[in-house]
Amino acid sequence: MIWANLLAIPVLIIITMLQISIVSRMPLLHGTADLLLLAILGWTLQKRVRSGWFWAATAGVLIGLSSAISPFVAIASYLLVAALVQFFKRQVWQAPLLVMLLLTLICTLLTQGITLATLVISGTPLPILDSLSLITLPSILLNMVLAVPIYIIMADMANWVFPEEIEG
Amino acid sequence: MKPTPQRTWQTAALVLVLTGVFLLALGGYLAPFLRTTLTPLVSVQQWLSSRYLAVVEFLTVPRDVASLRQRAAELEEQNAQLETQIIDLQSQLREADVLYALLDFARSRPENTYKAAAVIGRDPSPFLHYVIIDRGSDDGLRYGMPVVTAQGLVGRIAAVTSSASRVQLVTDPSSIVNVRLKTGQSEVQLEGSITGDLTLEMVPQDVTLTVGDLVLTSGIGGTYPADILVGQILSARKVLTDIFQTASVQSAVDFSNLQAVLVITNFRPVEITPLIPTAIP
Repeated sequence: MIWANLLAIPVLIIITMLQISIVSRMPLLHGTADLLLLAILGWTLQKRVRSGWFWAATAGVLIGLSSAISPFVAIASYLLVAALVQFFKRQVWQAPLLVMLLLTLICTLLTQGITLATLVISGTPLPILDSLSLITLPSILLNMVLAVPIYIIMADMANWVFPEEIEG
Repeated sequence: MKPTPQRTWQTAALVLVLTGVFLLALGGYLAPFLRTTLTPLVSVQQWLSSRYLAVVEFLTVPRDVASLRQRAAELEEQNAQLETQIIDLQSQLREADVLYALLDFARSRPENTYKAAAVIGRDPSPFLHYVIIDRGSDDGLRYGMPVVTAQGLVGRIAAVTSSASRVQLVTDPSSIVNVRLKTGQSEVQLEGSITGDLTLEMVPQDVTLTVGDLVLTSGIGGTYPADILVGQILSARKVLTDIFQTASVQSAVDFSNLQAVLVITNFRPVEITPLIPTAIP
């Protein structure tokens, strides 16, 4: 368990660097993919993983450090995502890839909605409809495209961290 | 042992016959005979030679193909290395072009001191227009310092760490820059948006906005130095019933391809928030 938590730090740092230096520079309209969100989803959805909360909090701290968004908002968003994943894990036992896609859709809306609401409340003039059509919908599309490969990578990593015990 | 007379005569006859044949050959009398004799010999020699060469070729050509293939592989590898070098040099050339342009800009404004920085990333949130540069407080950068390129105004530093800084671009939705038109003395505000478009707001109705007019920083508010190019007017929107008119501005800087910037380090922004009157409860 402690290894899974420790693993979160280098993995999420690398993903944050990829996000800042590459993914954020490849927008679709004005939306971009959220690798950290997909990593949290992919990791927390794994059957033997119980360290989703730590991953979510670490990702929130990293985004808070690198983005102009308040760290509290980033942490709260990702913790909500982890909570949602835990809920779905308890309810849905089969077809994890479909759950990954469904959660990608819901969680992208959730995190971007929280960010949008925070910015509007703090006085940034953001037109809601433009934000939805130019940022949120393209971001959802990009996240959906990347969801499956990231889920597979996270599944491989989870198998490496938590090898399945063979009963003799 | 002494030679017998019979043997001596035999030798002399042989010498005479050979000499005669030699003389006949020199005189050309043996040519038909030689031709008839040598032609089949030459043919046999040709056949033997061709067979020998065929065998040699059969034995040596596969070795040549192998060596040629090895050589081709070496050349391909060398070619790949050279192509990589070309790409690397082209990249360095582009970088050098950007740096030369920045240097020219810095030389054209000797009153300012600059710190060059490379853009190493963008804000992960698509709602915000910030970039991250590779210079921080260790390099003398401070909060609020203006950031420019050779083309014009980029933004200002919004957060600083020891080795990196976050720059709020003028296109950020919460960015407001006090600007003026080069043709007139009207002071107006330039606002960013989520799409990265720049808009002139609060332009009085009596001001004439012409497409192509240059927009410069006014220096009012103490956030940016005066007279830095921001862009030019793209289109104006005037509704007579409104109090103000607006205009779209084409930024002078290509924010989608921002590689290197200059931070004006000798400009200290003025904090005017305490001077803004607040309503007394």
